[in-house]
Amino acid sequence: MTDIAQPLTTADGKPLKGALLRAQARARRRAFLLVLPLLAFILITFVFPIGQMLYRSVYNDGFTWHEDVTSGDRTPIMTNLATWFEANPPGTEPDEAAFAALAADLVTLRDLKAPGQAGTRINYELSGSRSMFTKAARSAKKLEPPYKEAILELDKDWGNPELWQAMRGASSSYTTNFYLAAIDRERDASGSVTMVPENRQVYVKLFTRTLSLSLLITFLTFILAYPIAHLLATLPLRHSNLLMILVLLPFWTSLLVRTTSWMVLLQSQGVLNDTLVGLGILGDDGRLQLMYNRAGTVISMTHILLPFMVLPLYSVMRMINPSYVRAARSLGATSWTAFRRIYFPQTVPGIGAGALLVFILAVGYYITPALVGGADGQLISNLIAFHMQKSLNWSLAAALAALLLAGVLLLYWLYDRLIGIDNLKLG
Amino acid sequence: MALPKHASPLERVWHYAYLVICALIFLFLIAPILVIIPLSFNAEPYFTFTDKMLSFDAEGFSTRWYDLLLTFGMLEPEAPRDSSWWADAWANAQWIQATKNSIIIGFFSTILATTLGTIAALGLSRPEMPGRRAVMAILISPMIVPIIITATGLFFFYSSIGIQDWGIPYLGIILAHATLGIPFVIITVTATLVGFDHSLTRAAANMGADPVTTFFKVQMPLILPGVISGALFAFVTSFDEVVVVLFVGGLDEQTIPRQMWNGIREQISPAILSVATILVVISIALLTVVELLRRRSEKLRGMSPG
Repeated sequence: MTDIAQPLTTADGKPLKGALLRAQARARRRAFLLVLPLLAFILITFVFPIGQMLYRSVYNDGFTWHEDVTSGDRTPIMTNLATWFEANPPGTEPDEAAFAALAADLVTLRDLKAPGQAGTRINYELSGSRSMFTKAARSAKKLEPPYKEAILELDKDWGNPELWQAMRGASSSYTTNFYLAAIDRERDASGSVTMVPENRQVYVKLFTRTLSLSLLITFLTFILAYPIAHLLATLPLRHSNLLMILVLLPFWTSLLVRTTSWMVLLQSQGVLNDTLVGLGILGDDGRLQLMYNRAGTVISMTHILLPFMVLPLYSVMRMINPSYVRAARSLGATSWTAFRRIYFPQTVPGIGAGALLVFILAVGYYITPALVGGADGQLISNLIAFHMQKSLNWSLAAALAALLLAGVLLLYWLYDRLIGIDNLKLG
Repeated sequence: MALPKHASPLERVWHYAYLVICALIFLFLIAPILVIIPLSFNAEPYFTFTDKMLSFDAEGFSTRWYDLLLTFGMLEPEAPRDSSWWADAWANAQWIQATKNSIIIGFFSTILATTLGTIAALGLSRPEMPGRRAVMAILISPMIVPIIITATGLFFFYSSIGIQDWGIPYLGIILAHATLGIPFVIITVTATLVGFDHSLTRAAANMGADPVTTFFKVQMPLILPGVISGALFAFVTSFDEVVVVLFVGGLDEQTIPRQMWNGIREQISPAILSVATILVVISIALLTVVELLRRRSEKLRGMSPG
């Protein structure tokens, strides 16, 4: 009876509690070590590159550092101006000292062959200013005091307060201006944040369009997926497995193939229009313009994302016990009431899972809008690609990407909270 | 789904209307994929059914676009088709080069994704795994993050480490595609591990098997269907991926999707449809394999519905 007071021990006399804890720690370590290689792989090849890219949205050294292409030497540029900006608060009228600093910096730029780089950085904020830098740097050596008059003589735009505000912003490598630009805002001459003129407001409109089109697509996939998921869930398994192939085949087919087929179908000389004309529904001159516009994006993306809605709905509906609806019917509910009050509420988890998944995938879509979207069917991803490949404003691309990523990750977090990533199924 | 005998006429009408609606939705799902198959045999360079095709006139059909796939990029496409012609096609035809590249990239990225993914899934499915939820969220994220963001990130990352100069062909794309394929491997393998009876591994250990033997003799045969379908998913992801290739691929690293992308953007010709048809046939084959595997897995785990 005295044994009870003693701590329990293992066969070799160690305290049981400690031995258990050690065993558990070992099991935890072993599980973690199995995951570690992959985790490291993803962190290096995925998380880190994205973080590095996002850093560009707040860091741009185009106006502060010059890097020699061959030797890789880094030289600070525009240092005199930076000193002047530090000494004078925003909104100060640039005086002779400011222009003298500018002239000295232009000489450095010329020696480093870097006026294009500095001009490009300012050009992001104030278009048309790149050539001012290249032009002024060319004659920088010939400039003589008084510098203010000499530089204004070259181009009177050098007196533009907005230009000075842009240079002030760029004189520090760290800036939030690209985020401001990504939500259609800029700093005016005095440094306060304002909306850009209406004709340059593109990004907010594009974000709104991306969200509204994604919502529309999510809604359409829901409308189309619900009946067939219900049919698949209620048919006997032998038949539903066959029909399921019709859902899974698009899922397994190349995205480019599906987009191509929609281009073939939707073209104004394509199958759909030809059929409608052939049936006499449309006149030959009344062919529908279904591609290279918003309709093209919506139709093809609805088709492409439909399986992502059907599969979660199906797996929830499959689990619904049919006797509930039968009970409702036997208690006198009409089939509509039974559906509305009994069946539908039970499918809500599936709707949530499918809708969130489709929406998350839709807001980041790139390929399909790029191919069938035309001008007004483009989404935010396409604009990021544009700034990456065409306008080469990488910091703005990074800022737009950061905003998009923040939205997607928020939804992803929501998905994990509500549905759980474990419940993601692939057919 | 059968209609009960006591159904009212309205319910009957609705029931049949519902079936028609479902049929239309299935048509919407499948028709776009099937429609390109006959169109790829069009004798004319159009994207619609010509009158000859509709009247099943043999003249309306031809395999010229498939032929173009072979000859496009060849040095002497008009030469007689002997062994040297085929050698020329093998060495120079652009679509054949793209296919080779796609297969090489797909193969290595699949190996990488499947190996790492399967090992990680084993760890993830253990109840002791610390921070399981957060780790899982990170590992699945490549599937969720918009591809354009991944591609831009990799573009900067690869140029900052100069991966092109390392002398390993396709390395950047292979690593990227492995990353994109990993979520699929994780999802399918953890799904097969759900309800895995851990007393089996304990029994094996009890009888003196070391962990490696236990894995290959006990766990592996049971999760193999999941591993294979995960690998197929990873391969298809790589085989179909274009955005990363566009951003980080070198000029000579043409793949099938990239070639298609260029074809669609520049001058869309029915040759694209013949590529598409071939890809559809491949995906039908893959789907069949995956379905068979899924049934086998359910049977193995005793979850078969019958």
